[in-house]
Amino acid sequence: MSAEAQAPRALNGQAPDVFTPGGWVPMREYGEEEVDFLIVGTGAGGGTLACKLAEAGFSVVAMDAGAYWRPLEDFASDEHEQGKLYWNDDRIVDGDNPLKLGANNSGKAVGGSTVHYMMVSLRFRPEWFKSRSKLGYGVDWPLDWREMWTYYREVEEALSISGPVTYPWGPKRPRYPYRAHPLNGPARYLVEGAEKLGIQWTETPIATLSAPRGKAHPCVYRGFCMAGCSTNAKQSALNTWLPRALSAGAEIRDLAMAGRIESREGRVTGVHYRREGEWRFQKAKNVVVAGYAVETPRLLLNSASPECPDGLANSSGLVGKNLMVHLNQSVFGRTQDDARFYKAPPSLAVSEHWNYEDAGKDYHGGWCYMPPGPLAASWARLVAGKGLWGQDLLDEMHRYNNAVGLKMVGEVLPYERNQVTLTDQADEYGLPVPRITFSYGENEQAMIRHALGFMDQALDVVGITDRWQNPDETAHLLGTARMGSDPATSVVDADCRSWDIPNLWICDGSVFPTSGGVNPSLTIQAIACRTGDRIAELARRGEL
Amino acid sequence: MADPYPTYDVLAKRDSASWDDTTRAVVDRRLSLKVPEGVLSDTQLATLRMVKARVCPDPEGRPPTTTLAMVVQRIEEDSTEGFRHHELPRTSDAWRRGLDAIEAEAQLRFGSPFADLDGGQADAVLRSIEDGDVRAPEWESLPPSTFWTWRVIPDLVSCHWSQPSLWSAMGFGGPASPRGYVRIAENRRDPWEALEERSTSPTGWPRHHVR
Ligand SMILES: Cc1cc2nc3c(=O)[nH]c(=O)nc-3n(C[C@H](O)[C@H](O)[C@H](O)COP(=O)(O)OP(=O)(O)OC[C@H]3O[C@@H](n4cnc5c(N)ncnc54)[C@H](O)[C@@H]3O)c2cc1C
Ligand code: SF4
Repeated sequence: MSAEAQAPRALNGQAPDVFTPGGWVPMREYGEEEVDFLIVGTGAGGGTLACKLAEAGFSVVAMDAGAYWRPLEDFASDEHEQGKLYWNDDRIVDGDNPLKLGANNSGKAVGGSTVHYMMVSLRFRPEWFKSRSKLGYGVDWPLDWREMWTYYREVEEALSISGPVTYPWGPKRPRYPYRAHPLNGPARYLVEGAEKLGIQWTETPIATLSAPRGKAHPCVYRGFCMAGCSTNAKQSALNTWLPRALSAGAEIRDLAMAGRIESREGRVTGVHYRREGEWRFQKAKNVVVAGYAVETPRLLLNSASPECPDGLANSSGLVGKNLMVHLNQSVFGRTQDDARFYKAPPSLAVSEHWNYEDAGKDYHGGWCYMPPGPLAASWARLVAGKGLWGQDLLDEMHRYNNAVGLKMVGEVLPYERNQVTLTDQADEYGLPVPRITFSYGENEQAMIRHALGFMDQALDVVGITDRWQNPDETAHLLGTARMGSDPATSVVDADCRSWDIPNLWICDGSVFPTSGGVNPSLTIQAIACRTGDRIAELARRGEL
Repeated sequence: MADPYPTYDVLAKRDSASWDDTTRAVVDRRLSLKVPEGVLSDTQLATLRMVKARVCPDPEGRPPTTTLAMVVQRIEEDSTEGFRHHELPRTSDAWRRGLDAIEAEAQLRFGSPFADLDGGQADAVLRSIEDGDVRAPEWESLPPSTFWTWRVIPDLVSCHWSQPSLWSAMGFGGPASPRGYVRIAENRRDPWEALEERSTSPTGWPRHHVR
């Protein structure tokens, strides 16, 4: 169903209560009156920041192009139906390795991509924040890892992350708030393989409950995480940060698509957005863009004005550039066991060995690996990707319950040629359809070779036969409005404040200068927590 | 290969704790879907029916699927999925052009409508599209192997494996809410999961992990 055909739910002083079928919670409304902060996007970045700013006492309106779901009643146990959680709007992909977006990496819902994410919650390796000076590649972040360590902790506690007592890699960290989940079959192959190869592994720190928390029940191991969690065990922005934001007085506008940010004399004044079939204007003292690494640059570019002909915050020319993803290649094979990877959240075990070990690599950067758990249709697409169809495909699908695999999450370097631009085609809102151009470089090819070879070995040593490689998957979107210390080479500063326009902020995956070899949501939320604290501090000092 | 789970039927769990009302409604709707009329010409529809039968055959001994109706619905709605290869037009246009080109290719190679070809001939036409080794001029506005890997395969396969018959045949647990699973380690099975019929016990089974 197109967004235009749906009706908003957060209206008339109430918002959906995500914990109760048919339930509502009170919501403050600001009308068109000028608010302190208008946030575009309510995912890992925007949802977290909405909570922090509302709790700091600012007036906040957070809008999202997607719907406001109640997981308990709106989420079917069905991959196809749950396509409603994805950003399915038209986007054109090109380059040598055109990206598969949609289900694979972009959410459109109140709560953003965290509504259908896989919940793996890993911290960056400290050196990555200074990868240019310490490791010789990419660029340095303007952030210090020690400060990030405390913000990671804040997020881990807010999401009741389940994880191990001690973590094998990196500087000391406290034990995770909730105990680790038991391992499913596919995770146990990873463990046995890592032990045979003499490398370390751990239970994955993961944002699904291993014990009850408030009104949310623990995980029931149903395995439909990517299709949205119908039990609320999954800790997403939808059921963690946003309920907090509402009780602190934030307003959330669902099915509200921002189309253009208005600017005058070097400042932004508000946002034109479409809701209930008409264009409206919301005034704001500050605007935060948090639409993820395609929609954020798209909105900034589409907000060009005579003063800013190349788009807002774009004096560096870098808005939309340096788009990064994560390498997500995998190896699969067959076991004699009954493995059944449809059960439990996939990726219950992980090895970050190659994030922390640099010796013997012929490339820059790191990667980790974990077991995937594709459900029926996802698995069928993967198997068909081998070139199987007809009876061959049907036969191979019969062996689903004996399939196991390993999947990498690998660092992609920033290249200016990988980018988001606007086309002259219009979408359902009349906004320009974005074009996403992406190609691997030699560094990525070398990392893929190493990782596929290593994962193949890790399956071989535990007796997995008939192995095959899926050489072509990517995940996550990062980097199109990078943070930095120099306005000439970055779009925002360490506080996510744009260099060009002091009341325009960007707070989502777009601000990553490098991608690191781990899934990004924990880092996005940690940055948002820090940004919230910094904004409160700047306000205290009269520097907003 | 014979159906390894002949006694397993995902739909038998429909009224159990593995299915909630939301899911029941979604699957019921899917199973009662009819091929929307007036979306494709008769020839296009006959071609699509044959493409579906060759690429995604229904498993033997299982209730029929509504895969074809789902694909036609996609075409009718011109559904987007958040990314479109720069060489391809939108969903509906791509399918219509593609079906016309498949028909033209069949006429050129075998002098017959695609829908009337025998299985081997139809597969030969489809393989030529997959390999990009086509002759019909209709392909000039549609790169055949890109159409195949970015449109034909994902659309058909996604719809086909949204069908309970296919879930049963692969031993997939299917819907699982509110009840999920209790026994999640390898070689452990909850009573509501598929039981595989194996003629011989596989070597090394069951295995015991070190941890
Ligand atoms: C299938 C999948 C699995 C994943 N698994 C993991 C994982 O295991 N671990 C991990 O760390 N990360 C994972 N991720 C990635 C993670 O979810 C994202 O990196 C993260 O949510 C991005 O945060 P964000 O705030 O940048 O954007 P999002 O969370 O995507 O939020 C952006 C929001 O902005 C809205 N929006 C965009 N443009 C506009 C506009 N113009 N007007 C109004 N609203 C707009 C969108 O609707 C969306 O809701 C996964 C993602 C997917 C899709
Ligand atoms: S496995 Fe757990 S987290 Fe995933 S959908 Fe099920 S209950 Fe939610």
